[in-house]
Amino acid sequence: MADEPLIYENQFNVQGGNFNDAGKVASHIKAILKGFGIPSEAVRKTALVAYESEINIVSYARKGVIHLRLARDQVVIETIDEGLGIADIELAMQEGYSTATDKIREMGFGAGMGLANIRNFSDIFQISSEPGKGTSLKMIIKWRP
Amino acid sequence: MTETSPIDLSTLVRLLQLQVRTGADRLDRPVRGGYVGDLLSDVMGNSHEGDLWITRQVHPNIVAVASLKDLAAIVLVNGSEPAPETLTKAEAEGIPVLLAEESAFAVAGKVYALITGAVQIAT
Ligand SMILES: Nc1ncnc2c1ncn2[C@@H]1O[C@H](COP(=O)(O)OP(=O)(O)OP(=O)(O)O)[C@@H](O)[C@H]1O
Ligand SMILES: [Mg+2]
Repeated sequence: MADEPLIYENQFNVQGGNFNDAGKVASHIKAILKGFGIPSEAVRKTALVAYESEINIVSYARKGVIHLRLARDQVVIETIDEGLGIADIELAMQEGYSTATDKIREMGFGAGMGLANIRNFSDIFQISSEPGKGTSLKMIIKWRP
Repeated sequence: MTETSPIDLSTLVRLLQLQVRTGADRLDRPVRGGYVGDLLSDVMGNSHEGDLWITRQVHPNIVAVASLKDLAAIVLVNGSEPAPETLTKAEAEGIPVLLAEESAFAVAGKVYALITGAVQIAT
């Protein structure tokens, strides 16, 4: 990424607990990538990783920021949140593991598949977290320009 | 025999007697396949572009999932009534929301038979 010139860069704030707007940032990012004519498969993958990370910030953090960096042949999505953090990342990554509350489950979330989806749909995925402080994710999706 | 023939949404609406709640102007879209699920991340991870999404989940969040994954339409089963906000969002995003009286099992079975060509469209 270091050598790759950026075509576009932006960042979006996400408010914890605000489920009315949940998914807005992902939709916005999808529209931006479509506007740049990125191949639709890469657009859908990026929309998915942005959506799952946005919902996790809304569900488990006080607030967060989603960074979008677009180059000719890849997109980087980075998220940084201030929130509960994750004590056991390996456990959180497991499909089916979820600490979602009943309120969150009523809205259709809580399958415990979000992080696994993010890993499966990214070409490169990194996660780090400090319990009680917050969580950071970095996802890279590549394509043939 | 296993080759799938694209069937458009309006044909499915007619054959399955679905009620069209939103997206009436987008029913010419071909349906390539389908997915059944009520958990949003399951559908996010396992559905494909052009799929018909069969669900009993009526929360407005279903619209973002259908839109982000480029799904063809959402079918709400068991006569479930969508939340009003779900319909407002779906209309704004151009996502067809269709209602079925039947269960997910019955709807999925019929759609599967139709798009895999196991049943001829004579009616
Ligand atoms: N940003 C975050 N901050 C704190 N905890 C998180 C964060 N993201 C995930 N977690 C923890 O990891 C668990 C698994 O997350 P994951 O996204 O895989 O599933 P989920 O959010 O529970 O359900 P869904 O399938 O709807 O995404 C969560 O239940 C939560 O405990
Ligand atoms: Mg999640």
